[in-house]
Order: sequence, then structure tokens, then C-alpha cells
Amino acid sequence: MGKSLSEKILERAAGKSVSPGDVVEVGVDIVAFHDLTGYHVIEVLEKATNGNIRVCDANSLVIAFDHLVPPPDVRSAEIQQSIRSFVKKHTLKNFHDVGYGILHQVLIERYVVPGQVVMAADSHTTTSGALGAFAQGLGASDIAAIVLTGKTWVTVPQPFKIKLIGSLGKWVTGKEVALEILRVFKADYFNGMSIEAFVENPTAFPMDFRATVANMGIEMNADALMFVPDSETINFIKSERGFEPKIITPDKDAEYVDEYTIELNKVELLVAAPHSVDNVKSVREVWGTEVDYVFIGSCTNGRVSDFEIAAKIMKGRKVKSRCIAIPASWNVFKKCLELGYIQTLVESGCIVTYGTCGPCIGGHFGIAAPGEIVVSTSNRNFIGRMGSPEAKIYLAGPAVAAATAVAGKLVEPGDVM
Amino acid sequence: MIVEGRVIKLGDKIDTDVIIPAKHLKYTNPEYLAQHVFEPIDPEFYKKARGAVIVAGKVFGMGSSREQAAIAIKAAGIRAVVAESFARIFYRNAINNGLPVIICPGISREVAEGDWLRINIETGEAVINNVKKVMCKPITGMALEILKAGGLLEYLKKLKNY
Repeated sequence: MGKSLSEKILERAAGKSVSPGDVVEVGVDIVAFHDLTGYHVIEVLEKATNGNIRVCDANSLVIAFDHLVPPPDVRSAEIQQSIRSFVKKHTLKNFHDVGYGILHQVLIERYVVPGQVVMAADSHTTTSGALGAFAQGLGASDIAAIVLTGKTWVTVPQPFKIKLIGSLGKWVTGKEVALEILRVFKADYFNGMSIEAFVENPTAFPMDFRATVANMGIEMNADALMFVPDSETINFIKSERGFEPKIITPDKDAEYVDEYTIELNKVELLVAAPHSVDNVKSVREVWGTEVDYVFIGSCTNGRVSDFEIAAKIMKGRKVKSRCIAIPASWNVFKKCLELGYIQTLVESGCIVTYGTCGPCIGGHFGIAAPGEIVVSTSNRNFIGRMGSPEAKIYLAGPAVAAATAVAGKLVEPGDVM
Repeated sequence: MIVEGRVIKLGDKIDTDVIIPAKHLKYTNPEYLAQHVFEPIDPEFYKKARGAVIVAGKVFGMGSSREQAAIAIKAAGIRAVVAESFARIFYRNAINNGLPVIICPGISREVAEGDWLRINIETGEAVINNVKKVMCKPITGMALEILKAGGLLEYLKKLKNY
């Protein structure tokens, strides 16, 4: 009997044969944290070693500041300062200070290759699954243990196969596919499973869309969500980093607990209505809802294709809802600048900045007031997520968010163009 | 290892933003975090938490990796969380901080707010109001070892192989 992608990766990392349900110790290829979890990781490291921290493998450790960027208060600045000292003391080279980008975007742009085990102190670490890595979020203590030992324990998940066939309709993206999975299965179904996504036609579902779906894997409560590497994976790494990666794929006769096929052309423009990621509705069902604030960005939808779509819809139009747009990294920002998307968004009336998680976590740079209705391309619409517990958040893809900003109410792109 | 207490009931899909909002994550001090536990749904929650056992539905602790969610619940005096299922990261964070978390399918139907729940976490045997017995899943393997050591920090100190 063949092995799934998760089993093959974990077997390599554990150095022995594994089966779903096994609890195994695995070597970790990339361990990472950001500012808001990083200081906590360092606190645990200091306590565990009485201040005599020895980093197991400095090359495998990646740090990027994103949650408190730029620092909104003295405590945030102090947190970053303490991490900079840690970086200096241990001469860590994979460090990205304020303004470089959101950790998960930085990981897929620069570090992760197919088949790796990636563990980071942030739940959206699942994003790296877009490249066919086994990527999981962990708490600060678990990450501290990996920094010290290079290893962690995992429960080998039950693999579940999702097939994506055909091509998407106009304005429909990876976000709608993620919401479609949540609509069908709800947020608790995949607990204990790893979703392995097979794309029938690799170019029909590009890397940006894969990153969005993998990012939302945590909202599905999947242990991991991985796209089986294909020509799109190879081309992405070649163009971003200039080398051809080796890929690991599941055995042809791999056994899955179940499988589900999504016909991409049947996926509609969808939103997740308040206050749950699986409260998924078609845009038509909520059409006309007045919207105060639109946020386009985050580790979910802050990539070039997202701003390309937003710019197409906003070009020559003014926004009626206030709009904040945040490309996920300096790299994305620069590409969008060169392509003219930033200019279009600015001329439409959006505030544009780069590389912060501020609005998405209700931290800073765009907090929702009581009673406000928000449309956000981010990943969570929980009570209080973006500020006031009395705010209501609709999660959407970039096209619906941009059209909504222009109309001042929830609409489809066709309604404003 | 036995845990017991008065039951506080919560629903399905309790997320970490509700357990401890992001604005409190710049600190790890347990006493500070305890005062803000479940703040978005009940700002007074911490006043009734001491000595209680939370009984919840599916994927308790879903969402963010913030370890403060487990720290806040424990520091508020909650003795254990019993749920139909847990989100993976929260489960590990709880164990790593010495907060017993017990998977117990069907428990929401069996207990009511204010009941007294006693659980042997190594056998999974639970008793409601000293009368009714229910079987939960025992905590085993790595999770039990870490919990018995008093959390991951203590477990790491014992290992000392780094």
C-alpha cells in the first residue's frame, strides 16, 4: 500500500516508517516566529536554560516582524528591541525586521521547499503547505523546544484528498475555494486530518491561490493542508529563487480516509458572514449590506494577484467605504508598485502600506468600531477579531472586497463595472 | 491524576480571540491574562472561574497559536477543560502549561451548568454529580508525560539533552 504526501514527509523527518495516528518525533527543517510570539519564545528559552540559550541550528531559524509593525506603542517597540538583541547575540542571519513582510509570505518567497517540515509560532503557518511542505503552527513553548532540540512530536494525521478540477470562473479565486471547502465541511470536520490537494491543471490554480487555500487550512482545523507539488510549484520556486527544487509526491496507490472533488467552474463568489468562518453564504444572499470599512491584504490575500484583481475593479473609481490595503511583503509591494496597482488603489482612495498584521488581528492600523460592518480579505471573523466585539466581519475574496469598497455595500464586481 | 470541579458550560467552536483578545498578547504574566479571560463574551468571567471545570463542544480553542489562551484559562483557576474535541494547537499549549484537557465526545449532552464533574485523566473515567459515569478519552503518551512533569518547561529541564 502506498503512502500519502504527509506520511512520506513525516517518514523522512522521523527516520522510520509511520502510519496515521502514530505519535512520532520528527526533525524540523524550518522553525520560525514573529515579533508577537517571538518574545514569548525567548522568555521560555531563557527559563528552560537559565539564560544559557544554545540555538540548535541557527540556519533553520527564520524570524520576521509582522504583528507589531510598525510598532504602535512603547511595549511593542520594546518587544522588537528584545528580539533584535537575541538575533544579534546568536548571530542569526535569517532575520527580517520591520517592513520586510508577513512571516508566512516571507517563508514561501524565500525559504520553504517541497517536502520540508515547517513549524512556526503562528497558526497560519499552514500557508507553507502551498509548496507541498508539512507546515504547522505551534505555541511559543513548543517552538522554544524546537529551537533548542531541532525536534518536536507530531501525531501523524489521517490524509484526506481534495481534487480541484477544471478552471475558475471570472473573479473567483483561491479564497472562494477555501470558503467553499468550509461551506461543505464546516470548521470542525478536518480535525486530525491533513488535506492533500491535487490540482488537475497546475496553471489553472496558481501559487497565490494555493497560498490562500493553505493559509485557511487552519480555519478548517486541518492538521495540515498541502498542495501536491507539480509544475506550478517548480516554476514558482524557479522564478522566485532561481533554482529547480526536487519534489516529493504521494504514491499513486496512497490510501486516503476519503476524497472530495471540487469543480472549480462551479465555485461562486462567496463570503463568510459573522461570526464564523464556516457561516458561508453566496454574495447574493447578503447583497446590499452597507459596509463601513474594507480591508484588502493579510497573509491570506495580500499577494500580487489579489491587488491585480482589486486594481482592475477600482481603476478609475472612487471608494465609498474606507479602504485599507496591505500587500503581504516588501517584495509584493514593489511588484504591485511596478505594475501600477498601488497607484490605482491610492487614486481610488485606499490607504496603502506594507507588511503588517495590524488590522487582521485587531491590533492597530485600522481597528473596527462598535456596530461597524467590515469586509475583509483576511482569515477570521470571530467576535472581536478586528477590534470591537460589536463589529461584524464578512470574509471575502479580493474581487468582492474591491467591488464592495467601490459600492459602499456588499456587491459583486459586475455591479460596479 | 484526578481533576474535579463545578461545571461552566460553553458552546462549539470557542476560538482563541474570544478566550484572550490579541490586544493582551504583549504580555505573558498569568495574573494579568487571567483577568481578561473570555473578555469579549463575558468581561466578568474570571470572577466565577476559580475551581471550575469548563465543558465545551467541538474544536475548543480553534484559531490562533497564542499560548496566552491556555495560560489565561489556567491562571483564572480553571482546573480542566473537557470538550467534544480540541483544536490541535490549543491542546498542545494547554498540556505544555499544565492545564488538563480531556477529549470527551458527547459530554455536552451529559452535563449541565453547575454540575460537579470529576475525571481520572489517566483512565478517562468521569463521574457527574457523584452518580453518573461517563467514559472520556484518557490522556496518554507524550501529552501525559509533559502534563505529569508540570508542563513543557519542566519537561525540558528534565531532558537537558540540548
